[in-house]
Amino acid sequence: MAKGDPGAATRSKRAAPRTRRAAAAGEPELVQLLTPEGERIETALGPDGTEYRVDFTDEEYRGLYRDLVLVRKLDAEATALQRQGELGLWASLLGQEAAQVGSGRALRTQDMAFPTYREHGVLYCRGIDPIMPLGLFRGVDQGGWDPNEFKFNMYTIVIGAQTLHATGYAMGVAMDGKTGGEDGEAVIAYFGDGATSQGDVNESFVWASVFNAPLVFFCQNNQYAISEPLERQTRVPLYRRAGGFGFPGVRVDGNDVLASYAVTRHALDNARNGQGPSLIEAYTYRMGAHTTSDDPTRYRIASEVEAWQAKDPIARMKAFLTKQKIADESFFTEVDEQARTESVHLRERVLAMPDPQPVSMFDHVYPNGSPELDEQRARFTQYMESFEGSAH
Amino acid sequence: MATETLTLGKALNTGLRRALENDPKVVIMGEDVGKLGGVFRITDGLQKDFGDQRVIDTPLAESGIIGTAVGLAIRGFRPVCEIQFDGFVYPAYDQIVSQVAKMHYRSQGKVRIPMVIRIPFGGGIGAVEHHSESPEAYFAHTAGLKVVSCANPQDAYVMIQQAIASDDPVVFLEPKRRYWEKGPVDLDAPIADAYPLHSARVARPGTDATVLAYGPMVRTALDAATAAAEDGRELEVIDLRTISPLDLTAAYESVRRTGRCVVVHEAPGNLGLGSEIAARITEECFYSLESPVLRVTGFDTPYPAARVEEEYLPDLDRVLDAVDRTFGW
Repeated sequence: MAKGDPGAATRSKRAAPRTRRAAAAGEPELVQLLTPEGERIETALGPDGTEYRVDFTDEEYRGLYRDLVLVRKLDAEATALQRQGELGLWASLLGQEAAQVGSGRALRTQDMAFPTYREHGVLYCRGIDPIMPLGLFRGVDQGGWDPNEFKFNMYTIVIGAQTLHATGYAMGVAMDGKTGGEDGEAVIAYFGDGATSQGDVNESFVWASVFNAPLVFFCQNNQYAISEPLERQTRVPLYRRAGGFGFPGVRVDGNDVLASYAVTRHALDNARNGQGPSLIEAYTYRMGAHTTSDDPTRYRIASEVEAWQAKDPIARMKAFLTKQKIADESFFTEVDEQARTESVHLRERVLAMPDPQPVSMFDHVYPNGSPELDEQRARFTQYMESFEGSAH
Repeated sequence: MATETLTLGKALNTGLRRALENDPKVVIMGEDVGKLGGVFRITDGLQKDFGDQRVIDTPLAESGIIGTAVGLAIRGFRPVCEIQFDGFVYPAYDQIVSQVAKMHYRSQGKVRIPMVIRIPFGGGIGAVEHHSESPEAYFAHTAGLKVVSCANPQDAYVMIQQAIASDDPVVFLEPKRRYWEKGPVDLDAPIADAYPLHSARVARPGTDATVLAYGPMVRTALDAATAAAEDGRELEVIDLRTISPLDLTAAYESVRRTGRCVVVHEAPGNLGLGSEIAARITEECFYSLESPVLRVTGFDTPYPAARVEEEYLPDLDRVLDAVDRTFGW
């Protein structure tokens, strides 16, 4: 897990200076700083000419790798727990680790994130215990935590709804006078390619634009909304939608943790400085199923998955670290060992999660309570107690 | 004591002004609430005095109004959202039902959404389609929301402030056809000591039959009681004020005395509030009832064209007809 603030690092002299412009002829229009083969690109140009670069120390590079591996391993553990009946459902992030770790690490302490239900990697990078969302998936609670305590909103399952919450929160940041400087606050809203068809997402684009909200829209385009491919959601590259709403958009290689970090940090800093919203389309791929209830073999072919396998976010980072001699086999082994330990620890704690008391379903419906509910609770309690001593 | 005669609309405006003065976290947001003061002028003059950061003209998108208000609430604000007309709340329905109503529950009490959603509701103003609806049952059916309606200027002034001060999300239904009706408003009475928000109140005592109503139909029920009195029949009229949770304590007490009960609302009868109220009164007052609880409601049609709305809406005669039927059982 990367410590401290990677963006403040001194410049690495190791990589050869190369500049790549996004949208060059014949290439996908994406900002990339690390190729699938693990080659570093020094500077990448965004569609508006913005130069993207990162200046990490070796330790920070290793930290990002550690994040990627840990996030993947914990995710795999959760999938296994679901397969064994210990979770009711799991929405795996497999394949999207770089987009989540890159953007998650780009957040500054004071920034606020609004996730979907798949942002386990962002959650991890916020320093939050990965056990926190598992209550929701195990069915022992509704995933309740205090967004302001963790600077990370509760998971939102209704597609796109959280983008409006993020927009309102960001308006509040501006109303509180917390923009306009280095220590300003910025907000990030996560959503997927499917969500871009939702009215709420489009309304949040309008609102963020006209109120100049300090907000980054971070769309992980993982190519599928359950079974429906991107072509069913859009006829234009998603990042270009931003132009119609009056703010910048950029497509980044979402399997490249360095580029994901660079574009997100840049967009967040623009937002905190009062320059308003922007849209990042992190171009990636959902390597697994939509959730554990899904069967992707019904709607996509193996060769497509294999092509994306070659762009794996962890493999390219490992190749880079190895080639540049930033890390060696003992480091990789140590990271794997840590991942194994943490996932075992996670498993133990999931299995120890107690089921809630049935009467707790009446809790917290209203801050001020309700006499109607109090009466229902009393009757239910009485009814349950009537079974005591019987063999039900 | 500053008791003034105000219209219901002006009483709401004055109550909103008080709320803005008393709590810097209160923000008003909606379509045309700024310079125009709202299409019904309920926010008249507020943006001029409190600025466009406190009284916010929003883009024309109801889901956006409620959804961004959720975010503002998480940030610590107390948003008061105006939905311009009852029939335009539905684009915001998902945010209200799935987000506003559930945040506190989902977060196990860690997130409060102290939001007020003001909706001018009901018919009787000769409006075009989508401007005369009574959607209260949709919201009352949703756990996590509280729903109230005021029926007179004094309650309008007090209840809007109570709703804003409440940490519960409150759907605040304003009887738009009564906006221009005047009544005395005690502007100095401290809100903290006021009659509780979620409590019904006897609007007119009586002995022969109980009439339950809320919002715009309270006036209709009171007019019916006046007419009935001329025929020697004393109706007890109860202004329910709170639709969710219902407060039927006074209604039970009344029906046990009168043995007869009529519920009145503009919304369609099928699965309306009247159905729930009739069921509860039957359960609680079964041995006191001389007749079934009867409902006087709008019909199970879409809200009709304005030229026939007088026939659609419950009026004095339909209320008295129902009262007569309780005596003829």
